[in-house]
Amino acid sequence: MTMTSTAKQPSAFGNIARSNTAVGLFFMLPAAVFLLCFLTYPLGLGVWLGFTDATIGRDGIFIGLENYQALARDSVFWMAVYNTVFYTLIASILKFGFGLWLALILNEHLPFKSFFRAIILLPWVVPTVLSALAFWWIYDAQFSIISWSLMQLGWIDGPINFLGDPNNARASVIAANVWRGIPFVAISLLAGLQTIPQSLHEAASLDGATGWQRFRFITLPMLTPIIAVVMTFSVLFTFTDFQLIYVLTKGGPVNATHLMATLSFQRGIPGGQLGEGAAIAVAMIPFLLASILFSFFGLQRRKWQQGGQD
Amino acid sequence: MASVEFADVRKSFGTHPVIKGVDIEIADGEFVILVGPSGCGKSTLLRMLAGLENISAGEIRIGGQVVNGLAPKERDIAMVFQNYALYPHMTVADNMAFSLTLKGAPKSEIDKRVKPAAEILGLTHLLDRFPRQLSGGQRQRVAMGRAIVRDPQVFLFDEPLSNLDAKLRVAMRAEIKELHQRLKTTTVYVTHDQIEAMTMADKIVVMHDGLVEQIGAPLELYDQPANLFVASFIGSPAMNMIKGKLDPNDTQKFITDNGVVLPVAKAPESAKGRALIYGLRPEHMTIANGGIPAEVVVIEPTGSETQMIMRVGGDLITGVFHQRINARPDEIVGLSIHAEATYLFDAETGKRLV
Repeated sequence: MTMTSTAKQPSAFGNIARSNTAVGLFFMLPAAVFLLCFLTYPLGLGVWLGFTDATIGRDGIFIGLENYQALARDSVFWMAVYNTVFYTLIASILKFGFGLWLALILNEHLPFKSFFRAIILLPWVVPTVLSALAFWWIYDAQFSIISWSLMQLGWIDGPINFLGDPNNARASVIAANVWRGIPFVAISLLAGLQTIPQSLHEAASLDGATGWQRFRFITLPMLTPIIAVVMTFSVLFTFTDFQLIYVLTKGGPVNATHLMATLSFQRGIPGGQLGEGAAIAVAMIPFLLASILFSFFGLQRRKWQQGGQD
Repeated sequence: MASVEFADVRKSFGTHPVIKGVDIEIADGEFVILVGPSGCGKSTLLRMLAGLENISAGEIRIGGQVVNGLAPKERDIAMVFQNYALYPHMTVADNMAFSLTLKGAPKSEIDKRVKPAAEILGLTHLLDRFPRQLSGGQRQRVAMGRAIVRDPQVFLFDEPLSNLDAKLRVAMRAEIKELHQRLKTTTVYVTHDQIEAMTMADKIVVMHDGLVEQIGAPLELYDQPANLFVASFIGSPAMNMIKGKLDPNDTQKFITDNGVVLPVAKAPESAKGRALIYGLRPEHMTIANGGIPAEVVVIEPTGSETQMIMRVGGDLITGVFHQRINARPDEIVGLSIHAEATYLFDAETGKRLV
């Protein structure tokens, strides 16, 4: 009682300083500024440009949905959409399959296990452009080591036209992407595998489970949450892939490997049509949102993972 | 149900031997407890019986059949793990039914086996829950339920109670014992807690450093420990051990290194002149006028009994008395030792002489 009567009336600033909410907001300010400058502004600018006829060197004016209407009639754009979906789907499935397989192998007791785990990461660590250049050589029309080896074996007569034929080119870029993407999936799933207690496998084998049944009934269900996260990221990375395609094919031949990202860049920067390029990039957002929502709702925490009541 | 035999079983991890030749015979329907300090190899032995560790040498037989080369699932045994190892993504019912599901048993048969097991363990109302939603004791029961549903030849328990609190542990101890009396399935149980071993087992196997120290019924081990290790391991509070020698002129007198004379019932002549250890259980002494003078160090009344740590000569002796004692620290009391209940061990080999 005496304390309050003798204490000075707090100033307005003191009041604010004492309020937890105000202090909390104050501490969030740097992060908020950072996000606004480097995330919200570029994204907002991209969306805005999509509604203008801006070209390089000219601001452009608001033209509503004209860019999108033009894209809807643009067969190259639809080709790029098809390519992107196809590329993402096939590459993700392959990355998941090989990644899981590799993770399962690395989870066994192998000699030099940590060495293998380290080198597995290499494809992911190497800069994309560098590995893309390597693949460029591997896929070279004349000097391809694959063609050369197969010719030496006598299996084929002439070099394979890896990047010149539309279907070959698609398969080639997918293979390169899969090679780059496997380590991420494998190492993440390996981390997930290691969280499964050994005693569960032992209990299951005592319960009469075969190796396949242990995988099917123990490993896979317990790995689902991590698979969901890993594959969401993998799909997002693949869907927005740019560097690999740009180095290997630049979208060719005849747009067969153009992804939405490469088409957007090509139209927007070398082509100078900023508005149209931005519109193509914005058109990727619904696809990305859909995949995020799918993993959020479809694969979110299962009932068994939720905490108990006691 | 089946008998279990270990014949000169050995196990090494690399060059490091952990089981150094173990022979145990377990009769059909027996409840056997492997007990010993951590690192003595008891869990490894159990895991070898389960088929989770391979056997470096020797034979393990279940029901007369050598199982060395059999996979765990071919041995028809069920195991309760220390951490329960319940499948977290399955309900209690699915956990218990897992082995039947794997065999492709029809729903009706699964129900017929799971329901009675759940009833025995009081789990009926929890069948739809997930392991996360259960308390420690309930999880323990589900793990046992999973074993019961299997109706195996042998039950294995690997320190099943060590994750429970003290009170629950006592309750589950009784429950497991009752379960065994009801099912009469051969059971091998591993623990480091000698009280668990004493209260539950038909037969106790005391292990130490990869070897069997002694096998016997609980009271047999308590009354006739083969050596110092068993004597100090079984019984709580632990047996008092005092270094000294026999009186050269009187085999009924033991003289401690500190010069105190303690009574011995009848020591063999051969014990004379050797370095000995005198074993005295805390409960085999009373307070009496004219006894051996003992200085009270700590007194711990628990209500039903009184524990007292006393200094006799220079040695500390723990006593348990079934009477209330009005002594204070530093006070001198008279200690009367029941000579016929004392032990003598060879100080060098650790073997019991008397």
